[in-house]
Amino acid sequence: MATVAFTPQLQRFTPTPQVDTSAATLRGALEAAFALNPRLRGYVLNDQGHLRPNVVVFIDGRRSRDRVALADPLGAHSRVHVLQALSGG
Amino acid sequence: MDNDRAWVATRKGLFELRRSTGDWRIERVSFLGEPVSMLLPPQHGERMLAALNLGHFGVKLHASDDAGAHWHEVATPAYPPQPEGAAGPAWTLQQLWSLEAAHGTVWAGTLPGGLFRSADFGQSWQLVDALWNRAERAEWFGGGYDVPGIHSICPHPQRPGELLVGISCGGVWVSEDDAAGWRLQADGMRAAYMPPEQADRPNTQDPHRIERCAGAPEVLWCQHHNGIWHSIDNARSWQELRGAPVSSFGFALAVHPHEPGSAWFVPAKADECRVPVDGALVVNRTRDGGRSFETLRHGLPQAHCYDLVYRHGLALAPDGRTLLMGSTTGGLWSSGDGGDHWQAESLHLPPIYALRIG
Repeated sequence: MATVAFTPQLQRFTPTPQVDTSAATLRGALEAAFALNPRLRGYVLNDQGHLRPNVVVFIDGRRSRDRVALADPLGAHSRVHVLQALSGG
Repeated sequence: MDNDRAWVATRKGLFELRRSTGDWRIERVSFLGEPVSMLLPPQHGERMLAALNLGHFGVKLHASDDAGAHWHEVATPAYPPQPEGAAGPAWTLQQLWSLEAAHGTVWAGTLPGGLFRSADFGQSWQLVDALWNRAERAEWFGGGYDVPGIHSICPHPQRPGELLVGISCGGVWVSEDDAAGWRLQADGMRAAYMPPEQADRPNTQDPHRIERCAGAPEVLWCQHHNGIWHSIDNARSWQELRGAPVSSFGFALAVHPHEPGSAWFVPAKADECRVPVDGALVVNRTRDGGRSFETLRHGLPQAHCYDLVYRHGLALAPDGRTLLMGSTTGGLWSSGDGGDHWQAESLHLPPIYALRIG
């Protein structure tokens, strides 16, 4: 199972579940987290469902590439980290 | 409304102020460290709203049912899916820039230019499609930001369903049918930043801030990018007032709640140099509908002052004489006599985005 972990900074605003998922893409993994806390969606994605400009995602240590469709593939044991980008201040 | 309670929305939190024996003191700080772009003071008791603009995680809206003692997150206005090839800025919320309540509806003005409404005090929001879908929106552009924004919402106090909004840069729009239909009403304004043949076009005017006189709702005042304008016929026409001393450039204004001829302005040097003229912070006041102005400076810094007062940085209490003024460099001044005398309440606050009394 892939795992998704969110920056502890988010816990100031809303619960951030750690997710184990069989999703094949980043979007699928994030949807699994949003199913547990729907309010989390608006902190990570904008109105159009794109990754927020100052949020960054690493998949197995590499920055995700597709910030719009979030189609980056996940492996069976991928580790996903959702972090705040320093560009956000 | 409360003349002795005020709210300061800043780059690093929301500050509640209380006045006793003439002095304003900080009573409480909420959202410390977070940008608070706007707030709606307590309505009908203790219900209020605060809009955050988190650097990483976007715009969020919080509500309080006990006048700021406790907060909980409510729905954030959200734009619908953007159609392929849609002209103009992205359909993503960038900032809540204005919040007003009237006749059971809360209105939210945003960057990039959408107006939202809520009938349940922020539990849910609907985009006002009738304004967002106007063809003229394609001509709007940013003023101070990359995208257009609604900074002024002026509901008619006596006629539910009638309201006016000011847009930088998209002119002045009025609805008389509960936001179902909209009419552009910026006739008389002048945009010196446009090519000369387009200077009079209502749709690209930059009204920095508009306020309505609550006691005489046909009267509106506007601090525009290119000067001060006034309307006495509910925005059917606007007249430029050229007599303001020091400078007619600025952002903020305050309008007396029941003397339609009285208004206050905070002049700055010019759009290309946004500082007080000659390093002296002053306030211009008219008591006669703009035929004459007084420049008020007693108690305000008069040398090497570089404070700028944003659109929402000047507030007048319902008593018509209590003023608060906050600056981009964290200066906060008060007056209890309509601006004749000022005193510094703090010079060390975070940058001030908005001030509301009530």
